[in-house]
Amino acid sequence: MLHQRDAIHFSWQALSANTLRTFLMLLAMSIGVASVVILTALGEGARNYVTSEFSSLGTNLVIVIPGRSETSGGNPAVMFGVTERDLTINDAIALKRHPKVKRIAPLMIGAAEVAWQGRKREVTIMGSSYELQKIRQWNLAQGKFLPATDMNRGSSVCVIGKDIRNEIFGAHAALGQWIRIGDRRFRVVGILGSKGTSLGQDVGESVIIPVASAQSLFNVPSLFRIFVEVKTREAIPNVIRFIENTIQERHQGMKDVTVITQDAVLATFDRILSALTYAVAGIAAVSLFVAGILIMNVMLVTVSQRTSEIGLLKSLGASSKSILTLILIEAVLLSTLGAIIGFILGQLGCWGIRSAFPDLPAYPPMWATIASIAVALVTGIIFSLLPAKKAAQLDPVVALSKR
Amino acid sequence: MIKLEHIQRDFQVGDQTVHALDNINLTINDGEYVSVMGPSGSGKSTLLNLLGLLDQPSSGHYFLNGDNVTEINEDQQAYTRNQNIGFVFQVFHLIPRLTAAENIELPLVLAGINEAERKERVTAALKTMDLLDRAKHKPQELSGGQRQRVAIARATITKPSILLADEPTGNLDQKSGLNVIETLERLNKDGITLIVVTHDANIGSRSRRSIGMIDGRIESDTTEATPTSLGSSDVTPA
Repeated sequence: MLHQRDAIHFSWQALSANTLRTFLMLLAMSIGVASVVILTALGEGARNYVTSEFSSLGTNLVIVIPGRSETSGGNPAVMFGVTERDLTINDAIALKRHPKVKRIAPLMIGAAEVAWQGRKREVTIMGSSYELQKIRQWNLAQGKFLPATDMNRGSSVCVIGKDIRNEIFGAHAALGQWIRIGDRRFRVVGILGSKGTSLGQDVGESVIIPVASAQSLFNVPSLFRIFVEVKTREAIPNVIRFIENTIQERHQGMKDVTVITQDAVLATFDRILSALTYAVAGIAAVSLFVAGILIMNVMLVTVSQRTSEIGLLKSLGASSKSILTLILIEAVLLSTLGAIIGFILGQLGCWGIRSAFPDLPAYPPMWATIASIAVALVTGIIFSLLPAKKAAQLDPVVALSKR
Repeated sequence: MIKLEHIQRDFQVGDQTVHALDNINLTINDGEYVSVMGPSGSGKSTLLNLLGLLDQPSSGHYFLNGDNVTEINEDQQAYTRNQNIGFVFQVFHLIPRLTAAENIELPLVLAGINEAERKERVTAALKTMDLLDRAKHKPQELSGGQRQRVAIARATITKPSILLADEPTGNLDQKSGLNVIETLERLNKDGITLIVVTHDANIGSRSRRSIGMIDGRIESDTTEATPTSLGSSDVTPA
């Protein structure tokens, strides 16, 4: 019986004798594997990028949103839902009573015109309190953040983002200057440092004022959000219950807020982006199957081209099983080599993406790498079974009479 | 020993049945030198394929060294071919990407013989065929006669008892053809059963026993009292 080593040697000679055919098949296979590796790396990279963005929101964060939703997670309708009762600054202060609550920060959002010495710009205005800086982990480039005063009392101070500072003040010193926001005047007490983002919103483009001032500026009593930072992760469920009960008490028995955790939002994004990764992996896997079909085609051509060789092998005493083995080994060699080359190409591609976009951690997930190589091998073998069987069943008399 | 009993080989061509072999009864003893002659389509190649277990009879029995080889399975037939039967073809059928030595080695590879023994036997065969300096050459770098000698070395590397040659000189010039025939006859003298299919009367007349075939039947089977002398040069290419 034919030894495996000799069979591999024989098939290898057959492959190396036909370089163009071998090169094309390796190309098809490696493109398939490489595209799975690169596309899943992109998907994973996007997922990890979003995850790290969320962690920059702060740790152990609970977000209170006015309005009640029966579903959990970040239903967009809830974010802008209509509420029965306003979520007030006093509600926020009441939440601080729980011993496990470390910090709270209310948030209002609106847009207003900011002006200084004739320069004007429409800007996102955030109304909040001094603890927002700690919760969001922002740095200040200059000055101080909002003062630690009673949240219900407004004051005419503001902290501006870096971009706003550059656009409005240009080369002038901004700190201590009075700017006009809407119809009021505020003194600049601080400038936000390095450009951070929060949930995709660029804080460099924002101006932050005390929450009570924002209420009167926009003439809206209700808060947009309350951020609650919990001391420990384990305490989060207790704090959520406390928040719901407190708000219910304060709102005449109406449980009209939605409490979401950072984890819940994160989990939602994680699910969406994981699904995206699987989807692109699936699309890329199609190219692997196409490569498999190409291998089948070429192997079929090979078998008909080498008909007389197969007839000869039979006349020299090769059993059908030996012929089957030889053709299959050729396919396995091809798909293994293709998978290895594809893996290397994929890793190079990922490295290229990481070099071009340093923010995107484009590393292919382990499962995708293993799966793509496995699919390459399996399709290579499965799609070669038909040509190999055809070769094994060739009638030696007919095969030998072909020249 | 080869023994054919009532061998029938029918082909279906359209709605017509062609009798390629029609009730063949034949016995060939070990060490015989037999030529099979006949016009195209007389069934001589079919007979050779059948003797070489490449083709199966429609009916009848084929006994090879006492075993009924019509009843054994395909793998056993492949093994029998490998061990007992050598083929020499008109078109050589060498694998172009393999060297002369690798082509000769092939039946041993298929038999699963280890590399050291293979190398030894291939070297011996190359020496016998006077091809030692051509061992590393590819078939396209060899002359027709050399190619056919490589093919003969390959056919005899497993030391088979039967050597089947189908028009072995058909693609060779007169000198190479003679050289090939003499090589085959030398092997026959060493004990191998040699069966040569040819439509060249000069080659046919060299053997002691000559079988004439027409329309799938054996028309004549003559054995001369004395074998023709070896080394005569009256060989013409086909």
